[in-house]
Amino acid sequence: MTALRELAKVVRSKNAGPYEITFDVMFTDEATFARVRDSGVLTPARLAALYRTSVDQVRVCTFFAPALAFKLTLVRPGAQGGAGERDTFGAQQHAPLLDLEVPA
Amino acid sequence: MSGEFTVLSPVGMLGYGYREADFDACVAEGVDAIVVDSGSTDPGPSMLGLGHTLVTEESYLRDLRPMVRAVHRHRIPLLIGSAGGAGTDEQVDGMVALLGRIAAEQGISLRVAAIHSQVPHGLVRDRLAQGRIEPNVRGELPTESDVDDTLAVVAQIGAEPFEQALAEPVDVVVAGRAYDPAPYAAFLVPRGVEPGIAWHLGKILECGGVCAEPKGGGALATARADSFDIRPMGPEQRCTPLSVAAHTLYENSRPDLLAGPGGVLDVSGCDYEQLDERTVRVRGSRFEPTERRLLKLEGARITGHRCVFIGGIHDPVLIGQLDDFLARVEAETAALHPELADGTATVRFHVYGRDAVMGDREPHPVPGHEVGVLGEAVAPTPELAKAICTSARVGVLHLNYPGQLATAGNLALPLTPLDNPIGPVCAFSLYHLVDAEGIEHAVVREEVGA
Repeated sequence: MTALRELAKVVRSKNAGPYEITFDVMFTDEATFARVRDSGVLTPARLAALYRTSVDQVRVCTFFAPALAFKLTLVRPGAQGGAGERDTFGAQQHAPLLDLEVPA
Repeated sequence: MSGEFTVLSPVGMLGYGYREADFDACVAEGVDAIVVDSGSTDPGPSMLGLGHTLVTEESYLRDLRPMVRAVHRHRIPLLIGSAGGAGTDEQVDGMVALLGRIAAEQGISLRVAAIHSQVPHGLVRDRLAQGRIEPNVRGELPTESDVDDTLAVVAQIGAEPFEQALAEPVDVVVAGRAYDPAPYAAFLVPRGVEPGIAWHLGKILECGGVCAEPKGGGALATARADSFDIRPMGPEQRCTPLSVAAHTLYENSRPDLLAGPGGVLDVSGCDYEQLDERTVRVRGSRFEPTERRLLKLEGARITGHRCVFIGGIHDPVLIGQLDDFLARVEAETAALHPELADGTATVRFHVYGRDAVMGDREPHPVPGHEVGVLGEAVAPTPELAKAICTSARVGVLHLNYPGQLATAGNLALPLTPLDNPIGPVCAFSLYHLVDAEGIEHAVVREEVGA
């Protein structure tokens, strides 16, 4: 098992408009990209569980070969920039992905 | 015409600052246009709701001065998108006034084209009634009262108004709310660059040097019919296929199809090639025009007034029972303020050092040896918000708890005043696509400066 942070070059989160937060995981080589893709770890069910949300809040969960990337988009809880806001730019929601264990 | 056009974006956001020496060096090598983005919805709805600009006038002036000098000296256009942060008409006019001040300082005159992108409320009400507004990504439509309460409505313009502004000689185009890549497409597509290439270039360059390693500062791209080359403005930075591809995905819900006004950019067949140490060539981006013309409306309204306090708790006895304790504070505060019970006002706590960033989505809810408590009261008036905030703060500071040893006070307070009104709270009341049939954005030309 290897943590995702050891395999990826970019792991980040950001607003995609006021209603969604999108996550990018990017790899530097095809072998690592394929290893993570084929591990079956990054699925809507697993990621919804990791983020303590329901699968219907997962809008995009896909690997994108041209950029050696994985993309996850979750519906944002609450209203961006309103009362109770936790992360206006959505830029610090990525951390749980860092420690995801990927089988060899 | 050479068939190659270089566009420079000295900074990802006007007013954030950039290195003038790097900018001058790039301009001296020859650029055909300077494009800079000035707005975003990332900082939330308050700029639109309250008319605040993203940075101060001084910061805008500092960033604009070298650009104006370059525009005048090299006779190249400067295109500014989403002026001021939200791109309201007032922010467009404010930006034009700043350009006038700089031109006067420099003893020059500038031909400025202003594009206003505000939309009248009546038009929004009519289209809502006609079913010509689409639900947002959460499936919600605005109500009529959302529209009534909205302070300003802007429409995210596409390339057409910029093209119109560029059709006659102009030094600076100042646009209201605009789709970030639109000014790039407007400059490049009429010069023979394929729309897919132009929109993709704009999508990456609008953030300046965020597509570089290390990220930051500005970037420039040279486009020709079917490809573009991109490199950072700072000589110590580089673009790589990964850094540029990563930026293509940035801020989009989908990695492959990027929807904008006028069409969809398809980057699924793209190719990123390292051209030299610092430059990446991009090919294969395609643009599919959409049949129906749609514009995204943005509007914000005030939902209340906010007052906050912040403090730290280090006592392990209290940290061990913090949720119960804060629930008791909330109940005590509600006993003093019936507006909390009837829902006209709210009080919330964010516990820093434990779940404050992710809330219910936090998979590792482990408290630190100290935690920060941010109390946030929201009410219909600033006075009531402050009264509730004070009660909540006094509650956190002095309410007793089981096992208490530290009877002098529960909270380390870093700020005085202890309770701080921070003004109105806004929410997006409109963030919806509208049938754009009949919505036009006039270009107003004027000469400013000496």
